[in-house]
Amino acid sequence: MSAPMIEMKDVQKYFRVSKGLFKTSAEQVKAVDHITLSVEEGEIVGLVGESGSGKTTLARVLLSLTKMTGGEAVIDGVNLGKASHRDMDKLHREIAVVFQDPASNLNPRETVESSIMRPMIIHGVPRSKAKEKAKEVLEMVKMDLKYLDSFPHQLSGGQLQRIAIARALALSPKIMILDEPTSALDVSVQAQILNLLLDLQEQMHLTYIIITHDLNVIKYISDKIAVMYLGQLVEFGPADVVGNHPSHPYTKGLMDAAPILDPRDRGKEKEIMKGDPGSLIDLKSGCRFYARCRYATDECKDKDPDNVILAPGHQVACVHPLNIE
Amino acid sequence: MSEELLRLEHLSIDYKVKGGYLSAVNDVNLSVHRGEILAVVGESGCGKSTIAHSIMNLLPGGNEEIEGKIIFKGDDLRTYSRRQMEAIRGKDIGMIFQNPLDSLNPVYKTGKQVEEAILLDGIDRVQAWNKVLDLYRDVKMPDAEVRANSFPHELSGGMRQRVMIAMMLSRNPELLIADEPTTALDVTIEAQILEIIKDLKKTYDTAIMLITHNFGLVAEVADKIAVMYAGEVIEYGDVYEIFEKPLHPYTTLLMKALPRKTKHEGRLQTIDGNVPRILDKKPGCRFANRCPYAMERCQSETPPEIYVSEEHKCRCFLMEEGKEADA
Repeated sequence: MSAPMIEMKDVQKYFRVSKGLFKTSAEQVKAVDHITLSVEEGEIVGLVGESGSGKTTLARVLLSLTKMTGGEAVIDGVNLGKASHRDMDKLHREIAVVFQDPASNLNPRETVESSIMRPMIIHGVPRSKAKEKAKEVLEMVKMDLKYLDSFPHQLSGGQLQRIAIARALALSPKIMILDEPTSALDVSVQAQILNLLLDLQEQMHLTYIIITHDLNVIKYISDKIAVMYLGQLVEFGPADVVGNHPSHPYTKGLMDAAPILDPRDRGKEKEIMKGDPGSLIDLKSGCRFYARCRYATDECKDKDPDNVILAPGHQVACVHPLNIE
Repeated sequence: MSEELLRLEHLSIDYKVKGGYLSAVNDVNLSVHRGEILAVVGESGCGKSTIAHSIMNLLPGGNEEIEGKIIFKGDDLRTYSRRQMEAIRGKDIGMIFQNPLDSLNPVYKTGKQVEEAILLDGIDRVQAWNKVLDLYRDVKMPDAEVRANSFPHELSGGMRQRVMIAMMLSRNPELLIADEPTTALDVTIEAQILEIIKDLKKTYDTAIMLITHNFGLVAEVADKIAVMYAGEVIEYGDVYEIFEKPLHPYTTLLMKALPRKTKHEGRLQTIDGNVPRILDKKPGCRFANRCPYAMERCQSETPPEIYVSEEHKCRCFLMEEGKEADA
């Protein structure tokens, strides 16, 4: 097997808590805490977790929009911490991002064409070539070429998201990070965008990391699901195992909280989690899910759970994993 | 069946815009009964929030034209004076909105804001404060006493929504209008809020009108469902019946657009085209241009509400012809 597309080892991102203008306190926010995860080429990985669990921070680390405080991440052979300028330049072309709210990510005063051309110009693609490529990617996202001269305010939410995807495709990336790509959209438009993403992935063998809080979307589109809780990766494995037979109590609580899409499922037993995740500042030792976990024992209170490999490609950080024969 | 609390009769709302009248709501007939959750669902811009606001007489005023009746317990609210409406808001009809931070005053403690509503009923302060704490416990607020003394910015999104629910509960309204109550919340918190809403229906027999674009919420709590498209209720009926066997082509397609499977089982259904903006009402079905079953008459005649059973109605000519949308 070839090397994974993305390999993270103990990746950390801590933020200092500021106390006024000049002072910083010793307290730290451990937004991303010792994450070890690898993603194969052509895989769709869904990253889920409640708000504040560090999903977006992890994505920002991968996009090198923010520096890691510790650990190692290797993306397509380039080590983020040690890469030369040239390597980083190559990486920036290979990894693209699509954000949640397309309207706020497109310049309102630029036409669709120049928005799509922008990343190519920055990376030194000649103008005439960029123009051609802009047409090509617009066709890839199944939009009429007449929209090249449109401005963002003339387009609907679904169309804007298509433009954002087209722009991400402009530099022919290998990896796409999609941060809540459909949460601003209506059901029927959401279906269009999900289908488009799947088509593109199949055509170009792209690797996706999809961040979302919509668990039904994640179950539909992902090959693997990674679950984060308070900065840590609590479970990672094949989508149908993590989605339907989770081993971490938090994953179970999260999946049970996912809205059902058929009233006939109302009778199904659900374990609704109490409380909320709490603060990332000054975490105590022991399992972070301890206070909300119905299976917790004294052991969980003191001991940091290790990553347990339950089956090849299925890891869980829990002292008492569920669903094990 | 239990008592009917609210009935909308031929409700139409048009906004005056540049170049004509924008039809936001057209000929809506709906009713909500005691102890029943009616979900009004539809995509953005379909008029669902306009209906909610019109019931409470909270539309911006000035450029809209309303026709039809809004009958609450036998009286047409549209004939009420400003003062009469003020007496009804909160006391008889409560409302919670999507973003609780917009509805809370940032410089008052949350408990005080809930107390304010209770004091309107002429209860003394000590009793009122105790009632606030009781209400905080009712909505399962952790550390009720501490939270009652907190300012809105000190609470999480879920707790703020609990404050709004406590505030609404304080007057114990007979009808609750919840406009996207969980859209800004995490799924885990959403599940907790839904539990409170279900309890409310059970304990107080409250009638609830739930406005949402989220079919998950509908499947989770609703008894009845009204599907809206471009300002019209195109299908209404029992939630089980509509999820199992939707009749209107739009509902049928929407149900197949929901991610209820995995990608290995095939792609999701999509609906071509966009929701039209209806300027100056014309006869014809509003979905006709996107409908795979559209017939000639759909372009020129407006389909009436056709009852397929006592409690299931659908605005589509296919029903008259005895055909079914089977997308």
